[in-house]
Amino acid sequence: MTDVLTEAQGLARHYRIGRRVLHALDGVDLAVDRGATLGLVGESGSGKSTLGRTLVGLQRPTLGKVLFEGKDVAAAEPSFLKRLRRQRQIIFQDPSGALNPRMTIGATVLEHLSVQGWSRAEAQRQAAVAIEQAGLSTAFLSRYPHEISGGQRQRAVIARAISTDPAFIVADEPVSALDVSTRAQIMNLLRKLQMERGLTMLFISHDLSVVAHMCRDVAVMHLGRIVERAPRTVLFKTPRHPYTAALMSAIPIPDPVREKKRTRIILKGETPNPANKPSGCSFHTRCPRATDVCRSVDPPMREMGKGHEIACHHPLE
Amino acid sequence: MTEQRSDPLLEVENLSVAFGPAKAVDGISFAVAQGEMLGLVGESGCGKSTTALALMRLLRDASLGGSAWLEGVDLLALDEAAMRERRGAAVGMIFQDPATALHPMIRVGDQIVEALQAHLDLPRAEARRRAVDLLRKVGIAAPEERFSVYPHEMSGGMCQRVVIAMAMACSPKLLLADEPTTALDVTVQAQILDLLRGLAREAGMGVILITHDLGVAAGMTDRVAVMYAGEIVEMAATEELFARPAHPYTLGLLRSIPQLDSGWDEPVPTIPGSVQGAERQTGCRFAPRCAKASEACRVPPALRDIGNGHSISCWNAP
Repeated sequence: MTDVLTEAQGLARHYRIGRRVLHALDGVDLAVDRGATLGLVGESGSGKSTLGRTLVGLQRPTLGKVLFEGKDVAAAEPSFLKRLRRQRQIIFQDPSGALNPRMTIGATVLEHLSVQGWSRAEAQRQAAVAIEQAGLSTAFLSRYPHEISGGQRQRAVIARAISTDPAFIVADEPVSALDVSTRAQIMNLLRKLQMERGLTMLFISHDLSVVAHMCRDVAVMHLGRIVERAPRTVLFKTPRHPYTAALMSAIPIPDPVREKKRTRIILKGETPNPANKPSGCSFHTRCPRATDVCRSVDPPMREMGKGHEIACHHPLE
Repeated sequence: MTEQRSDPLLEVENLSVAFGPAKAVDGISFAVAQGEMLGLVGESGCGKSTTALALMRLLRDASLGGSAWLEGVDLLALDEAAMRERRGAAVGMIFQDPATALHPMIRVGDQIVEALQAHLDLPRAEARRRAVDLLRKVGIAAPEERFSVYPHEMSGGMCQRVVIAMAMACSPKLLLADEPTTALDVTVQAQILDLLRGLAREAGMGVILITHDLGVAAGMTDRVAVMYAGEIVEMAATEELFARPAHPYTLGLLRSIPQLDSGWDEPVPTIPGSVQGAERQTGCRFAPRCAKASEACRVPPALRDIGNGHSISCWNAP
């Protein structure tokens, strides 16, 4: 039996835009096992961030529910809610935007802790531990964001997130704004923290190679739906959904010899507008395998092998 | 492998760009042949974009040094009126973010017409016909209809196609593409790179492709120059560079890219530290982050040829 820490059930989130309704999430079922890092990939506008923000409680779902330790968070009593706020944290993409430029790193982390109910003395202890675990010395607590580099800023954001001793962290594109050399440092830090603290993580990225390195399981999102989920070794070796295959084939490989040899799947047409979704399978307008059934019937998620689920009428062999 | 090109299209010699006391680009030299695509790679702040903006003479308050010869004319020595004649005509530019490169309140077709009429003496109807042709050429379906839409009515990928159409409008000899696909999704990136490669080949343009993504450089370019803290530290034909990277910085960059088939359990190799403050360094600027740094690195290394058209600036590399 696997131990599920948090779970989305039939999650939907709608935004009204004029007379149209944008379905940012359109019926998402997703369970994250305790101690695991689940990768979430997809193009921009697929709903990755909305899902992540809903799972940490920054947004309410329009429909469906979020379970944490088996309990519905919408019905949480005050004491459970207080614990939930400490237990669920988020790391944002752009560390410059996530830190108040007029507060020192220390003040930012302390404010975060005091809001969550720590006393001043305890908070100072927690902040010192967190900043060191994030790979910075305590001297950084008295620095302002503009005085430190982008990588150090992201470490400060990570320190704030781990300062409340959370069980679950959503990392929303945590390395996308960073340079190649810094990116590797932050990826390694997150891996280390995940292992040392036994953290459960939802790792959101548009970059499949980053996800491949960080996560044991990967879920692929397309226009508000999960379309494929599998262990990374299975997904990257034998993707069954044509969308996953196209995503993988689009990643540039830093090797000109291999680049020249491989055949690219170049998707035709434009990414559909999430406010005006195609009928049936939302990928059919760009899918090389689409047939009539894809245009009319939305494929349900089904099991294709151990831990491998896919929503497609014509999966790849 | 690479034939002797007697007359490069663009020859940059000892280019430097300074903002007050800060040198963003410090004496770089390179050439681009007709029909060649040169990759300029490196991390943010290394001077890639500044190099492109200097060649376009779009930097205010910067003091430029060196020369950049394009068809017998030094771009850096031109007065503003003469530069204006070339900007957008002999040299085209594609910017990173299509959303800010297009005017939000002018129909996309009219923006292309404007680019055409700025340099070519064309009647409006003819310019319009050409703009529609250009839209078709960059893969926009129903170009007559798309001519009159506004940028916000198009996706990011479509907007970037319009930006490319504008850059190509006057058939430039040299195209500067500054991170043309960084703001786009990978699936769209593949489409745009494919388009750019096709157009460049067809027109025989020289292209400088600026990218932080070594994967993009590997798939697109003929030659690559790696920049670090305002200097070119390694330059070679693309296959040569990726097969035999010699500078410790290039090696570090290549190793730190996670790959789909790399092991889950291994940490990604990193380059310790960050670029910050490298310009204040005397001697080799990469030395503080370099595992191979030695006494010799206190003296700045010059770019030297190591054979096969491959040059590096490092004392300790082979």
